[in-house]
Amino acid sequence: MLESRALTVLIADDTDSDRLILEAIVKKEGHQVISVDNGIKAVAAYQEHHPDLVLLDALMPVMDGFEAARQIKVLAGEDLVPVIFLTSLADTDSLVKCLEAGGDDFLSKPYSRVILKAKIKAFSRMREMHQMVQLQRDQIAQHNSHLMREQEVAKQIFDKIAHTGSMNAPNVRYSLSPLAIFNGDVIVAAVRPSGSMMVLLGDFTGHGLPAAIGSMPLSSIFYGMVGKGYSMVDILREINQKLKQILPVGVFCCATIVDMNFSKRKIKIWNGGLPDCYIHRLDSGAVDTVRSTHLPLGVLNDANFKDDCEQVEMNPGDRLYLWSDGIIESRNKHGEMFGEERLKQLFENNAQADTVFERILDAVHEYSDGQRDDDLSLIELTMADPGQLPDTRQEYTTSRYGGLQEWSMTLELKTSTLKLFDPLPLLLNILVEVPGLRSHSGTLYTLLAELYSNALEHGVLRLPSSWKTTSEGFERYYQERQKRMDALSAGFIRFDMEHQTQGAGGVLTIRVTDSGDGFEHVKNINNGHRLEAYSGRGIALIRSLSHSLRYLGNGNQVEVTFVWDADD
Amino acid sequence: MNESVDTDTLSMLKEVMEDDFQLLVSTFLDDAQLRIPQLFEEFNAGDGEMLRQTAHSLKGSSSNLGAVRLSELCFQVEHRAKENQLDGLEDVLYQVKAEFDQVRSILEGL
Repeated sequence: MLESRALTVLIADDTDSDRLILEAIVKKEGHQVISVDNGIKAVAAYQEHHPDLVLLDALMPVMDGFEAARQIKVLAGEDLVPVIFLTSLADTDSLVKCLEAGGDDFLSKPYSRVILKAKIKAFSRMREMHQMVQLQRDQIAQHNSHLMREQEVAKQIFDKIAHTGSMNAPNVRYSLSPLAIFNGDVIVAAVRPSGSMMVLLGDFTGHGLPAAIGSMPLSSIFYGMVGKGYSMVDILREINQKLKQILPVGVFCCATIVDMNFSKRKIKIWNGGLPDCYIHRLDSGAVDTVRSTHLPLGVLNDANFKDDCEQVEMNPGDRLYLWSDGIIESRNKHGEMFGEERLKQLFENNAQADTVFERILDAVHEYSDGQRDDDLSLIELTMADPGQLPDTRQEYTTSRYGGLQEWSMTLELKTSTLKLFDPLPLLLNILVEVPGLRSHSGTLYTLLAELYSNALEHGVLRLPSSWKTTSEGFERYYQERQKRMDALSAGFIRFDMEHQTQGAGGVLTIRVTDSGDGFEHVKNINNGHRLEAYSGRGIALIRSLSHSLRYLGNGNQVEVTFVWDADD
Repeated sequence: MNESVDTDTLSMLKEVMEDDFQLLVSTFLDDAQLRIPQLFEEFNAGDGEMLRQTAHSLKGSSSNLGAVRLSELCFQVEHRAKENQLDGLEDVLYQVKAEFDQVRSILEGL
């Protein structure tokens, strides 16, 4: 096919008979000829006709072939225009001069039809290949910029959904590449209504958009459920189930999720498929590890999914490190991995606790010679006192619709529901439908949680709060709680809630009634005396968070009012 | 024919040029006829560089027409002009002229 393509060939020679022969040979091969007799005309003809091949005599009047070749090569730019010098130059100096001027080959006199034909064919093929390479290069560049644009747009969407939430809290440090989402790494963090902080580090299998896509449902479930006060186990299960449902086989998410309870100085942690997490103790310098004991998210169906978490105490200043395998699998120029040993050493040798984070990043960066930094995702979470943290609880934006104004409702939970269902997220969901109550969701959650556990434990299950005064009693209390719950055959808890508007705010009344026996309340609690004996009931806390608290009937009914003012 | 003109080259040219073969021959002869007096003028003026270029050009065109001996003589002129050894070159120029007459009579007789 290449042979049959007609080329345009520019011939520049000042000797008429030589030019006639060349024209005839080239035409005989089926190509088009443009013929001139000096260098200036050759350059002009090149600009006008853009020939595929140029045959130049070296010595010509007005402008010689060397200068013409130079100018033509400049005009051709990145296009390949083969220049063949027509010469019987025998000495090396002149040949060098031809090459320096950009000449690609020589054709000596007497002209041979066979040789010229072969040269035209060879250069024509070279030119076509060059054009193909250019075309493909341009296509690749175009595809690449297209891909980058797409990723940019995708990233903007991902960033809105898979934002890092509360990661700017002062007890959190993290390193995440701006394009981490396309490596499959995702970090989400939010503060629950109860004030504890929940953080998830995930590493999806694969790269690019397929790896990024799963982070969208993961993030929206996480932020949705954390904000509404769901428990860590519920959130884990929901994410797992959703990922299992939507991800193709072989795509899953190695993840660690942690719930930091600052007031109890405890963490609850679940690790499915990520490297061991480290807890660096402030006073002893010791490192405790939290192993992965679960399969990654999105592998098992809900029935087989294991949600047991590890509970670890952390003192203020203790630091928890989460990382994806990018750190351990960083390679040096010999292809060796950074490995867990090197990582562990960074915590030893009396490491300053507050420099470990930088030391890890520096060490990996140095080890890998600046390569593959995109894959490093690292989080450092420091245990802090609750007061040290600003309230970063999720801000509820005003919805399109006005939400609830004045309303009342009754929800009665019967035996079978009491055994299985945590009503707090549901109730909180209803309460935050009142626009003005959204910003009080933390307080409301605590109120509901205290009222509900009192009704369930002291009312329905009839557990005496006095047991909780000793540590043995505490243990007994919880064992008994489980036993009685399993054996429960009759009981109920009823929530009567009412909301009235008042000025720029409103009054929320919550009445909780349980099936228990009540207690002698009237002269003790309602008068505000002898609270200590009932401390297990969190009455002081409820009173501090609400406007009023009173017990009714024989003590199995409690009424709390919560007054709010939008101007506060 | 004789060894002044290579017959293979001529038959190749006839095949390629077809009807233009006669035009080629006359073009060559007209050109060469101008160049040979030029060689003498440049030699007499002692202009080695111009002499070299003219000889170079005639060397190329004569070789293309198969005039092997004429081309060789021109190469000698070109070479000595380049080295600026003009002494005794006049003899070679006369040989060039004689050889050209030979070539012309052969080509015109075709």
